[in-house]
Amino acid sequence: MSPFTSLRSLVSTLFRRSQVDAEMEEELRSHIQHRADDLERSAGMDRAEAERRARIEFGGYERYKQEGHEALGGQFFETLWQDVRFALRMLRKNSGFTAVAVLTLAFGIGANAVVFSVLNALILRPLNVPQSQTLFMIERGQNSSPMQSYPDYVDLSDRNRSFDGMAAYDMAPAGLDAGGKPSPVWLYETSGNYFDILNIQPYLGRFFHRSDEHGPNGSPYIVLSYGYWQSRFQGDHGVVGRMVQLNQHPFTILGVAPPEFRGTELFFAPDFWVPIMNTEQVQGWNSLNARYSTGISLVGHLKPGVTPAQATGDLASVAAYLDKSYPKEDGKISFSLSRPGLVGNMLGQPVRAFVSVLMLLTGLILLAACANLGSLFAARAADRAREIALRLALGSSRKRILRQLLTEAVLVSLIGGVAGLLGGIGLLHWLSAWQPVPNMPVNVPVNPDASVYAVALLLALASGLLFGIVPVRQVFRADPWQVVKSGSLSAIGRRYTARDLLLVIQIVVCAVLVTSSLVAVRGLVRSLHSNFGFLPQSAMLVETDLDMGGYSGDRVATMQRRMLDTVETVPGATAVGLTDRLPLGLGWNSTSIFADNTTDLSMPNAVTQAIVYNISPGYFNAAGTAMLAGRSSTWHDDDHSPRVAVVNREFARKAFGSEKDAVGRYYKKMDGTRIQVVGLVEDGKYKTLTEDPQPAVFLPILQSPTSATFLVIRSNRDPHELAVDIDGKLRALDAGLPFTIKTWDTELNSALFASRVATISLGVLGGLGAMLAITGIFGMASYSVSKRLRELGIRIALGAQRREVLGAALGRAWRLLAFGSAMGLLLGVAASRVLSFIVYQATPRDPLVLGGVVLAMLLLGLLASWIPAQRALAADPLMLLREE
Amino acid sequence: MTGQAQLLPGTLDLLILKAVSLGPLHGYGVLLRIGQISDQALLIEQGALYPALFRLVRQGLLTASWGTSENNRRAKFYELTTAGRKRFREETQGWNRLAAAMTCALAAQPEEI
Repeated sequence: MSPFTSLRSLVSTLFRRSQVDAEMEEELRSHIQHRADDLERSAGMDRAEAERRARIEFGGYERYKQEGHEALGGQFFETLWQDVRFALRMLRKNSGFTAVAVLTLAFGIGANAVVFSVLNALILRPLNVPQSQTLFMIERGQNSSPMQSYPDYVDLSDRNRSFDGMAAYDMAPAGLDAGGKPSPVWLYETSGNYFDILNIQPYLGRFFHRSDEHGPNGSPYIVLSYGYWQSRFQGDHGVVGRMVQLNQHPFTILGVAPPEFRGTELFFAPDFWVPIMNTEQVQGWNSLNARYSTGISLVGHLKPGVTPAQATGDLASVAAYLDKSYPKEDGKISFSLSRPGLVGNMLGQPVRAFVSVLMLLTGLILLAACANLGSLFAARAADRAREIALRLALGSSRKRILRQLLTEAVLVSLIGGVAGLLGGIGLLHWLSAWQPVPNMPVNVPVNPDASVYAVALLLALASGLLFGIVPVRQVFRADPWQVVKSGSLSAIGRRYTARDLLLVIQIVVCAVLVTSSLVAVRGLVRSLHSNFGFLPQSAMLVETDLDMGGYSGDRVATMQRRMLDTVETVPGATAVGLTDRLPLGLGWNSTSIFADNTTDLSMPNAVTQAIVYNISPGYFNAAGTAMLAGRSSTWHDDDHSPRVAVVNREFARKAFGSEKDAVGRYYKKMDGTRIQVVGLVEDGKYKTLTEDPQPAVFLPILQSPTSATFLVIRSNRDPHELAVDIDGKLRALDAGLPFTIKTWDTELNSALFASRVATISLGVLGGLGAMLAITGIFGMASYSVSKRLRELGIRIALGAQRREVLGAALGRAWRLLAFGSAMGLLLGVAASRVLSFIVYQATPRDPLVLGGVVLAMLLLGLLASWIPAQRALAADPLMLLREE
Repeated sequence: MTGQAQLLPGTLDLLILKAVSLGPLHGYGVLLRIGQISDQALLIEQGALYPALFRLVRQGLLTASWGTSENNRRAKFYELTTAGRKRFREETQGWNRLAAAMTCALAAQPEEI
């Protein structure tokens, strides 16, 4: 039969259902009448008896009618519609059951949709550029740092044979004056070929190209991002060709990038792009010729047919060349490839590990939810035994009944899935709009796309089928005769059933989740109370960039001194200081440290790498960093006096072997300058909360001037009042100076961002898991109590003690709980290893965590079995016997 | 019930085609005709006939129309279509080949091998 005829028959049967039904009815009745006629004639029965006989001989009337409909075709949708209507009726009748089921699934599928969306946005979906599968980032060194120097970029770009060109970029803040007040912006500095390498076409105007590079500061061009063009210039098409002031230097706006292009870092969407050739105007200094200054990232497309392995081999030959030509800066250099978008492997590795673990856990949540609903549906099928038996007895096929039960399950899971997805979409939109770091365009673009909807739908269908299939065996084995007689469809005599297994799975999953969330919460609490090496409490920060205010040369240092003097006069300020970077802020500077007696000042010869902070006198007091020995720097440590430094304990240990006599000793910089250590301060956290102790060196700001700084003001006053006073004083000093005031605690949020996100998500999952465990244990316990109520009543009547009754009623549930919890705890401990990447000091081998898990599971068990236990104890033998 | 045989799967359709090929019949008539031509040897559950009839109609092998039966009752009469006649011939030949082969195979004696 052609598809067309089958379609026509489908459509016609759909529309003429009632007519077809009536005709079939009449035909079958006609058959029975004819048969009755015969029986009347040949066997001499009376009419009523003959008709009864004829009906019996005919067989399952409803079944054959049903099969007849199926044979006529177009039955699938007809039956489906019938089943859906019936299922909706049944679900409405048991609204409590439906609500629990839908809610459970909504949480399960919603959580999966959200986590999948994050996984999709950060890991599965590549950067939104053409041919993104061949785009790679070039990383450096054994521990793969994504940062390279510009001279190395030029060599890599010229000498490799595997890439279709390479582009370089870095990120920087700047002040933009497009008429009105200068506003702080974040931009990418890129090589001229950036847009050409990535193959992006302008939305408006044009992009800059390699041919626009005319040496340092020779390409004053700006390409706006679509978002910034909309928010700052209201989508004005006349913006192309306009002249604006960037850090008081004239730049021309060339064009606007397309809306879908947000730069080459997922977390960091810039306001605009400028050629890296003009870096001096943007950053205040030029490191384009400094081979040791690593701060730019490289990306490039592999040539067609070149594999990443071949490219790595090719880069190794460039590395060998660099090693030979520049042993001082590039000694023992090596290169590797990584996926672009998450600052190479630096963010990529922990993000990938964490999101994968999260996905696994949410998958487990859904599995637990399915196990939960599976046992609920099985219990319900048992309670509907009479209905099912009656339908079987009336000639309905088992297939038909199963189909109906499955329709019900899938319907529930689809409703739950849609509800969960809607909630998830809301959460994702909020997450995408969220800016975790103040004053920076950092966000997590995780808006759902078609694949997220598809996955949610698929999960809903799959879970519906999964838990819908649980009662199947029950229905297949059901003997209507037995059921109608005894009223039960449950299996009798088996010690452990599939339902018990489901419950154990559920408890294991829950225990894993509770363990991981406790480990994460404990880690976060510890990290909040650990010693940072500074006291963020009661400290205010003023972030300024004098470069943006038009200061340069000697005027910078003078102005910094005046700012410090000014804020010192703010009432309540107990200490003020200034630093170029904040510990635990984003980004850091590091420098190679050489022993004083070293003459070969090449990279491999360095004793250590230290993080560098350029600070003013008074900084340690303002920051709350404890001075252990020696002195801090003073205003006399300037350009004309000998170079000095304050170091931390780890620096002293690494560079001098011991902390004791560190003060007074010398070390060498890469350029050979001897620097004397004049002070020793405590260790702190500099890059991340999870780092091992790092060497750090604090240099007097007068000996290494920088324009972008943070003023640190320590005061016990109310932050808001203090901010108003500081604002007033600084405005009086220079009305045109762009600056932002905030508390150090706020600023620190960015450092704690990762562990906060981890803790919150794991906490939510732990809560979900706990909820599922409660409903699961509750369902199983109350079901088994209600099934054995009569037996319990008799036990009580025969004089059983409360303990024995409880043991009989709930012993099994508790045994399963204990077993499941133990398994879950072990698995959770194993899974928590991954957490230690992200959450500071996350260790499961913590008695508080282990005890907490055991206690939590115990409480959950008690809570869930409380009501069933009460019911079991209240079993009244008289009432029960009377009921029968 | 000696002398009665269970139908092989798939043979009901062929029997129906055969019955109807001898003249238009209503459902009950098909049943009686099969009983008659098989010497009451084949056992068919009465209701099972109808899904098979509907299937054959849907495949375009039979057509159905309402009429009046010999008992003066309204009934649906089935007739072979051209496609049905063709299919009936093919299936008959197929069956005959199968039956001959089976008979031959089952009649084989040890000394013949």
